[in-house]
Amino acid sequence: MNPLYFVFGIPLLGGLVLALVGHRNYARDINVAFSAASFLAACVLTAQVIADGPLFALGKQFFIDPLNVFLVTLTAFVGMTTAIFSRPYMRVEQDHGKMTPGRMRLYHSMYQFFAFTMLVALTTNNMGTLWVTMEAATLTTVLLVSVYRTPASLEAAWKYFILCGVGIAQALFGTILLYMAADRVIPDGVDALLWTNLDAVKAHLNPTIISLAFVFLLLGYGTKVGLVPVHNWLPDAHAEGPTPISAVLSGLLLNVALYAVLRCKILTDGALHSHFAGDLMIGFGLLSVSAASLFLFRQKDVKRMFAYSSIEHMGLMTFAFGLGGPIANFAGLLHMTLHSLIKSAIFFSVGHATQKAGTQLMEDIRGLLKVSPTVGWGLMLGSLAILGMPPFGVFASEFLILTTAMRDLPWATPLLLLALGISFGAIFSRVQPMVFGETSVKPLAHPPALVPVFVHLGLGLMLGFYIPPYLNGWYQQAARLIGGQ
Amino acid sequence: MSALISQLINLFASVILLLAFAMLSQRRIINLIHLYTWQGLAVVGSTTVVAYVTHQPHLYYSAALTLLLKVLLIPYFLHRLINRLNVRWDIETLFNIPTLMIIGIILVIFAFNVALPISRFSDTIAHGTLGIALACILLSFLMMITRAKAVPQVIGFLSMENALFLAATSATYGMPMVVELGIALDVLVGILISGVFMFQIREQFDSLDIRHLEKLKED
Repeated sequence: MNPLYFVFGIPLLGGLVLALVGHRNYARDINVAFSAASFLAACVLTAQVIADGPLFALGKQFFIDPLNVFLVTLTAFVGMTTAIFSRPYMRVEQDHGKMTPGRMRLYHSMYQFFAFTMLVALTTNNMGTLWVTMEAATLTTVLLVSVYRTPASLEAAWKYFILCGVGIAQALFGTILLYMAADRVIPDGVDALLWTNLDAVKAHLNPTIISLAFVFLLLGYGTKVGLVPVHNWLPDAHAEGPTPISAVLSGLLLNVALYAVLRCKILTDGALHSHFAGDLMIGFGLLSVSAASLFLFRQKDVKRMFAYSSIEHMGLMTFAFGLGGPIANFAGLLHMTLHSLIKSAIFFSVGHATQKAGTQLMEDIRGLLKVSPTVGWGLMLGSLAILGMPPFGVFASEFLILTTAMRDLPWATPLLLLALGISFGAIFSRVQPMVFGETSVKPLAHPPALVPVFVHLGLGLMLGFYIPPYLNGWYQQAARLIGGQ
Repeated sequence: MSALISQLINLFASVILLLAFAMLSQRRIINLIHLYTWQGLAVVGSTTVVAYVTHQPHLYYSAALTLLLKVLLIPYFLHRLINRLNVRWDIETLFNIPTLMIIGIILVIFAFNVALPISRFSDTIAHGTLGIALACILLSFLMMITRAKAVPQVIGFLSMENALFLAATSATYGMPMVVELGIALDVLVGILISGVFMFQIREQFDSLDIRHLEKLKED
């Protein structure tokens, strides 16, 4: 049987099972077990794709190609490590009385459903289903953002619900226009939204319709990527929800949304034979990088600060894919992987740190190193890694993006360098006193799960030195698929 | 015959546009729900006419689905919701309705200009209504921006979904059935979640005024 069915069948089953028993003490372990099983299925799928090449499932409704296979594995992997992190984290939240049994059930069940929607969004061949699952991903997480029922969390969740709803509605209009263009070329209308069919006829799609469609699709899915100026929901949702949810929102959901934009860009490039889609993405990317770096300085809440850092990095990737060509696309994909791993590792450390300090305000978190060296080092190394310090991998991907920009778009390079410099100053000057110096934090009742933090950081470090040949092969194939330039 | 049919379709589309304007200026929550129900009914009418002319069976299904969902189920749910929240007779203060109308008219002109070069590529009988659909999307958007209460914001959102459905029928005779069912499921789950939210918001703030939800700002 096709391992793809297991990849999203397992989280679906997990969501249903945890809807029944999610409030029990063993639910934490069940959550980890389902996430691990789904990661295992993703590994089997990957092995099969390496052996047999791209595959289809359920007619042609689902497909795996070099672009989505590595994202599926990454999503399942971070889903698993976040579930491991969430075990002790949510236990402490329960002890603090923030989570009741009913809320725990909601949390566990929605965690699995969220993984399910992302995995379907990544593997579906149907642009309509892609839209449906992107909206479903919002719906599964929106109640988790407000799970603490504080005024701030309710506000964040309402903003998330309305803004992402409106944003994604624009993407639906874009999808309708895409279908309209396809309808004129593909006679049998039922399969006209299948991406592989569209890709085959993309040169014949009507350019006027497609360019308008891409504007709406970019605005719509861009809302979920967190591109400035449609980013307002992102810092709130990341800061107010439980930390495991911040980690998966930042590390995974943003990637999936960018993946949707990339699929649309490939079609648009094929139809227009111009750099229209790339130019739009370059514009939004640059705006996001620069605006986010300025916002970074004004943050007081540690999770909000790293949420703005996510906007910055998503902007950088959008910029790289906008440039197009084999090197920039390769760098974009590498950056996507590294950002997922490192940003989730940062959120894991930040989660434990905020629990120990009892606050998310950075000025009240001091001297983590004295109480728990591992959390302190996790946060310090994670911040250095995300800021692009060698030898971490982000240095390599940012270096590639900057050198390509220097060649193709010289005027953008100083802007990018300035933005990266500002964010370095902003983040490093805040993290340094949080980690070193006199302490204000208390130890916790349950030992934190720090293995995921260091596994992620270790992978981030490894990718700076050495990219395994299989991964390298995928990146290059996917970079060719995205094309551009 | 076909001229008459296409006039009928245009008539339904204009009714939908008029209702979008009416919703923009309506201050009573209960009336907003009535307007939304009528808008749903107009969408059903237009879809049925298109289905009748083109003999597309799946359009009959989607018309039936729309009738069930947007004319019966969602309005019923909204009525129950405002009864239980005790906001049935709530009136919202809206500033400057004339200015709002003028902005609306500008949006309509803009939408027609955007849709004009596109709609001539469509072979469907209802291609003239694409501009109206886009105009309705923008008007619902405007309505959501100008409202300060939770229920009207959600109704604006639902009305945007109506407009998107109209766009799908006018551009391509509707999306594939799988996608349409998926969208319907999303809308249904979305409205249930928004209901849960409203109770949470009211429990926390003792009111459904979104102005309470403006604390999270950059300082």
